Amino acid sequence: MSEMEPVPPPEPEAPVAPEEPASTNDAAAAKAAADNDAAVDREMAGKTRRSFLVGGIAALVGTGEWGWLTSRRLDDGVRWPLRIGLRINEQFWRDLTGHYRLARTFSSGDVESPRPNGSAGLDDDVDPDWKLTVDGIPDAEEPLSLTLAEIKALPKIEIITELKCIEGWSTVVKWGGARFQDFVAKYAPGQVNRDGYVALETPDRGYYVGLDMASALHPQTLLCYEMNGEPLEDEHGAPLRLVIPVKYGIKNLKRIGRIAFSNSRPPDYWAERGYDYYAGF
Amino acid sequence: MLIYWANDVYRVGWGGFTLFHFFPDWVYKTFHFGFRLAEGMAWHFAFAWLFAINGVAYVTYTIVSGEWRYLVPNRNSLREAIQVTLYDLHLSKTHPPRRKFNGAQQFAYTSIILMGAGSLVTGLAIWKSVQFGWLTALLGGYRAARIEHFLLTAGYVMFFLVHIAQVIRAGWNNFRAMVTGYEVVVDEAAQ
Repeated sequence: MSEMEPVPPPEPEAPVAPEEPASTNDAAAAKAAADNDAAVDREMAGKTRRSFLVGGIAALVGTGEWGWLTSRRLDDGVRWPLRIGLRINEQFWRDLTGHYRLARTFSSGDVESPRPNGSAGLDDDVDPDWKLTVDGIPDAEEPLSLTLAEIKALPKIEIITELKCIEGWSTVVKWGGARFQDFVAKYAPGQVNRDGYVALETPDRGYYVGLDMASALHPQTLLCYEMNGEPLEDEHGAPLRLVIPVKYGIKNLKRIGRIAFSNSRPPDYWAERGYDYYAGF
Repeated sequence: MLIYWANDVYRVGWGGFTLFHFFPDWVYKTFHFGFRLAEGMAWHFAFAWLFAINGVAYVTYTIVSGEWRYLVPNRNSLREAIQVTLYDLHLSKTHPPRRKFNGAQQFAYTSIILMGAGSLVTGLAIWKSVQFGWLTALLGGYRAARIEHFLLTAGYVMFFLVHIAQVIRAGWNNFRAMVTGYEVVVDEAAQ
């Protein structure tokens, strides 16, 4: 499988004088051929050495870079140059896709029953007196405390979207709940800074996510209390969970205890464990 | 067929029967891949750019230099590719023509470029499945795009194995030609 153009031997022989006797001619030709072969061998040996030298240096540089990269400090569970790579990707896509498109919606025939995956932050029993704490509202003196009824008082939205797990599987689910943007408009009207962030935590603070406001305010982002037409089950995040179809499943926090608005990036459970903070589609 | 990563949902099989599971435990053990999805993704989305830039540079060079003429299959390539395959499998004694790239190589080297483009497109459809939702839909949806992306990757592994086997089979003179850019040929006229 030659990659390169075949070339003839580099040193063509001098033409042999035709009037010479045949025997001399044969001997001279044999010697000339042997000389030619030796010259070709020498030249190819030189070229081969040079190629292997260049290849060897390239391999050494590659190994060195690998060694350098894999020995850098960890920045939240991932080597810092790779963390920079994730951040550059995030900024690149956020700049390129300034306005959010809608995630694909499905018909009711496509609905599947989702699998619970991971129980971080859900170890305790659900508090029967659950209330949602809302913090970080500009100009508010103290945090809000909302009941589920107050969330349900917001316009109810039903959408069928695909929940995509960062581990590779996905599942189509019908969600019912209130738009996060409606919730913000009603309970935190001062907080529409699209460059800000919002933090969500489970009541025990065992699981927490941070979202850029632009994604949180996406029209398909829901504070969800129904799944496939039934009230949310405990293992799926009762009484109230986040549904954010523009992000991987890791951002779809179950059992919200506290929502806090902020201007800087809140901590994020899986981003601290090496994943991309943005995790957006 | 189902796929990959931390949750081993990909397999090759029929109904309840599984022929091969992606990935078997020995893969994780051999390469120390277990529970390293986050790290793998960080590498993936950094090096995807390098592969993409490299691919664009290669295609640009091939077009500008005119080298594409040796690589793109022509109307004789299919017949020749079959001949090469039969010869390499020892089913035929007709030696394929000797020149820069034979028909089988033209198909292989052109497919790998198209596969590269396919990986970029399917990858984008998975990675940015909302922003490029139309692309994801065109590829048959999110799950289909994932499978396509995965199959292309399996294709590279096959290409690599065949490529290495062929290089070993073709011998030292050929390998030397690959690394130096010069091949030693016997001058039939001088013999």
